[in-house]
Amino acid sequence: MTKRAGSCLRTAGFTSSNERTIALMRLWSSTRLTASDVGEDVEEIPAQSALVPADSVAGRSLVIVIAIMTFLAALAANVAILVADASVEWRGDIAREATVQVRPVAGRDLEADVRQAAEVMRQTPGVSEARVYAKSESEALLSPWLGQGLDLSELPTPRMIVLRLDPDNRADLDRLRMELERAVPNAVLDDHHVFIERLGDMAQAAVAIAALIFILILAAMAVAVASATRAAVATNREIVEVLHIVGAADSFIAREFQRRFMALGLRGALIGGGGAIAFFVLAQFIAERWRATGGGEQMEAMFGDFTIGWSGFIVVALLAGTVAVLTGYLSQFIVLRHLQRLG
Amino acid sequence: MLTFENVGLRYGVGAETLRDVNFQIAPRSFQFLTGPSGAGKTTLMRLIIMALRPTRGLINIFGKDTAALSNEEIAETRRSIGVVFQDFRLLDHLTLYENVALPLRVLGREESSYRAEVVELLRWVGLGERAHAFPTILSGGEKQRAAIARALISQPKLLLADEPTGNVDPTLARRILRLFIELHKSGTAVIIATHDLTLMDQYDEARRLVLADGRLHIFE
Repeated sequence: MTKRAGSCLRTAGFTSSNERTIALMRLWSSTRLTASDVGEDVEEIPAQSALVPADSVAGRSLVIVIAIMTFLAALAANVAILVADASVEWRGDIAREATVQVRPVAGRDLEADVRQAAEVMRQTPGVSEARVYAKSESEALLSPWLGQGLDLSELPTPRMIVLRLDPDNRADLDRLRMELERAVPNAVLDDHHVFIERLGDMAQAAVAIAALIFILILAAMAVAVASATRAAVATNREIVEVLHIVGAADSFIAREFQRRFMALGLRGALIGGGGAIAFFVLAQFIAERWRATGGGEQMEAMFGDFTIGWSGFIVVALLAGTVAVLTGYLSQFIVLRHLQRLG
Repeated sequence: MLTFENVGLRYGVGAETLRDVNFQIAPRSFQFLTGPSGAGKTTLMRLIIMALRPTRGLINIFGKDTAALSNEEIAETRRSIGVVFQDFRLLDHLTLYENVALPLRVLGREESSYRAEVVELLRWVGLGERAHAFPTILSGGEKQRAAIARALISQPKLLLADEPTGNVDPTLARRILRLFIELHKSGTAVIIATHDLTLMDQYDEARRLVLADGRLHIFE
């Protein structure tokens, strides 16, 4: 070995323990190939490139598809959560509230009937409050349908008594209904049971539909990732072949694809998840401004106040992470299966 | 080290490309594999590296029947074989450094553990200052040297070179041959596929494996 060769080997950190490498270097030396005079600083070697090149995967299209799918999935998941939460509130209302409607009947003193009905209610165990709506308040309840500024004093407007029920000491509503009928025949107790149950059924159906949409979106995303992976394997056929020939195991190659796709999945999921969070923040802002209207009240009754809260944000973050991980592992699985079939 | 017994290979439904091929490659041996273009030299090389499966016969490499190897075992076996392709097969999106380091990278070794080794090997094939270059801007000779470096970096037991001097000038061809001879003397079995008679004449001690009409003829 020449002096210069020995110097180069020492510079590069070869020691006597690395005899095989030194022997190999000697072979190169003996061929009298010209060694480079320009010393390549070992420390200057840049970070390793990915083995699956970024431009060989339909990256941008896949990121867009994943972003859209994640956005829709986050939307479906949060709508399901909002409706489910609202449904729980409605069911809670069954235990907490009921109303008594005292209808005006010819020959009876409506005010006396209202007082009598309220008295019956107050004496019933489990009724913590019986609030009598004044005539003007009862008339105001009609304003969304009849308009404002009308004189309703000539109309036979029913009177309302709103009951606050004690959830820990439930009133026997059937018995209460009979007692009320006996004391005030023109009064009707409405515990909202049918209405709330219908809303509950509707909420369950909405949650089920949202869950189905969520699953379908994830399935569509999986199909898109699978197609993109197959296309990437076909595009990188030569790279796969070279990797095989230098001794790469199928699992190593599949992991390289997994890394590439997981990065794409994460980018798409962050964009889609971020978009979903922005959407809910915007929806909450708009809902707050719209809340005063009749439509706003109904929407709020149905979906709550559009506030997804921390749990909603956590769901979106989990969804984005899951999408990225699933994208990576799905592509790894597909590549592995493809390579094993080739083998 | 390597045994072919009655190996035949047919592509599709046509005639056999290789017929009744029988030979053995001993450790620390050197052989030229030659024959006219299209005789099946590259096909034979691909059978050795298990990129193709024979339609009949037995191939035994490093004491293992290749037909019985799993994908993982094939990968492990290939790590003991260095291959220099006629068309280099360098990955264009990787630098020369990364191309040469590839066999060590697939072993799962940390980059810092082989960095000095790869840089030194690049220097000694005269490509030290081209470590950051991409293959697309290199000459044929430079690519050839990089491909050789990649084949040698993992210190293989068996080296296969398919027309390794086909893209270089005669002077460099002699140097490359000299390198292979020295490598063989250090304990590596070498098979060089070539139809360059001048190259073969430079090393009379090598066995000649001649492929013609799908059959292999051996001249010791």
